[in-house]
Amino acid sequence: MLRDRRREYLTAFILVGPFVLIYGVLFVWPTIQMVMLSFTKAPLIGAGDWVGWDNYVKILTHRLFHTASWNTAYFVLLTVIPNTLISLLIAMAVNRLNGWLQGLVLACFFLPYILPVSVVFLTWNWIIDVQYGLVQGVVRLFNGGEPASLTRTIPLFMPTVAFVTIWWTMGFNILLFLAGLRTISPEIYEAAQLDSAGRWRQFTRITWPLIWPVTALVLTIQLIAQLKIFDQVYLFSIGGRQDATIVLVQYIYKLAFQQNKGGEAATAAVLLFAMIIILSVLQYQLLRSRGEK
Amino acid sequence: MSADAIPSSQAMTAEPSRRDRSLDLVGIVLSIVTLVAALASFFPIYWAIITSIKPDGEVISGSNTLWPNRITFDSYIHIWNNTNIAIWYVNSMVTSLIITAAVIVSSAGCAYALSQLDFPGRRLIYMLILACFMVPMQALIVNHFVLMAQFKLLNTWAGIILPQLIVPVVIIVYKQFFDSVPKEFREAAMMDAAGHFKILFRVYLPMNWGVTAALAIITFIGAWNAFLWPFLAATGEATMTVPVGITQVKDAYGIVYGKLMASAVVAGLPVAIVYLIFQRRVTQAIMLSAGVKG
Repeated sequence: MLRDRRREYLTAFILVGPFVLIYGVLFVWPTIQMVMLSFTKAPLIGAGDWVGWDNYVKILTHRLFHTASWNTAYFVLLTVIPNTLISLLIAMAVNRLNGWLQGLVLACFFLPYILPVSVVFLTWNWIIDVQYGLVQGVVRLFNGGEPASLTRTIPLFMPTVAFVTIWWTMGFNILLFLAGLRTISPEIYEAAQLDSAGRWRQFTRITWPLIWPVTALVLTIQLIAQLKIFDQVYLFSIGGRQDATIVLVQYIYKLAFQQNKGGEAATAAVLLFAMIIILSVLQYQLLRSRGEK
Repeated sequence: MSADAIPSSQAMTAEPSRRDRSLDLVGIVLSIVTLVAALASFFPIYWAIITSIKPDGEVISGSNTLWPNRITFDSYIHIWNNTNIAIWYVNSMVTSLIITAAVIVSSAGCAYALSQLDFPGRRLIYMLILACFMVPMQALIVNHFVLMAQFKLLNTWAGIILPQLIVPVVIIVYKQFFDSVPKEFREAAMMDAAGHFKILFRVYLPMNWGVTAALAIITFIGAWNAFLWPFLAATGEATMTVPVGITQVKDAYGIVYGKLMASAVVAGLPVAIVYLIFQRRVTQAIMLSAGVKG
């Protein structure tokens, strides 16, 4: 019996060994190092003096950090709720269809989601190109016949990138909403039709309340994902005034890899870390309360 | 069945059917609007493909025709001859496949141990995985970079691969599925004096083959598409992955858009093909990763 138990332990250790090694070296250790580094005045590579909370004071009062925080919040605002509403609308539209038509329509909406970000960037950068881009026809209408760069005009930068992001990522949300819609029994709608409830009433009284748990899930997943935004914002801002459109992860990138301030970059990373952990805990609570219902 | 029952039943059916007909008209309009919106959503991808097979002169002629006047693969030939795209392709393929294999194998083993075995540290490991869920990998870029520099792994396949092995959701999904395998299967196998490794590889994994396929596909797509970490870890053109490489060398092209679209098409092709072949698995994997057991 004891030998059995020892064998079970041994088997378990062999099975979890690779996991422990990978997560220990690449997750636990860098996380500890990040916190340590945030209290030093170190370059990206190499050691530095212990400076206590200095970096935190510096970052929290740094104007560019404020810009990055605001831009990130603005980006979240521009993407999360519009994306959720559009995805729900599309999911309801797709849910009505049947057979091959549904498959085709869903594939059209979903395909962008599986593409690499750089493909999305290159494609849209071509579509909005100042000289030859397709979109310039529309831009000219609103700009007195003149073309305009949507990513070099600072007020238009975030809305443009948010639009592209919604196009790119809505496929994910549509799938979650579709799965949710399919769990709503058609009999409820039939009953509502017998009571001659119109489409809008059916939506507000049946679909919206019943789909709400999925909506909450979609909102929180996106909120956390968009706080970590970097790729699109960075790519579209190359060659432009990057400081004006900077977001939080880009701020970390700039401190670490462009200014060689490892300590301050780690501090900014810890702050982002804290924000996301708080939101994740809230999300976890939210989902757990959903599970208990 | 009296005679006067007939008119009333007709009245009952006639009323909803009139409503059905008017609903149908709204329904058809809705379907058409949906189809148009779907085609609009697909259009940027179509436009990228079409641009890539137009001659340079036509791309910048401003005529913006929906179909090329002359189809040419010059852009593809140009990027093949003038960039390192073939090398990037090998880098992307190798790193993505190794990441997929390593994540699946290590996660399945760990999930089996968590689900079926009792050992000290089990709870600690589970907590670690949950913690990892919440931690943004983007916040760790600085220290991943420092670590890879210390290991002298920057600009190597290993350097690109290692930080991407952290995919906690795969373990969680496997654990859920292993938990739901009836205990009798394990007990029957134990009777045959099969070891745990045999049970894992002969019983649990084959039973959950579909889950493995779904998780492997989504891990592969994620690894192929990864941008931020490969962008930091591979700064030399010879070690870049496709998504990084195609954003870094546009200046070398001259008249660029046809060539840029060709490189975009080439970069998106593997994941698009994987999706089109395994649509249902991709959908399943997305549901699973969002915590919806589909």
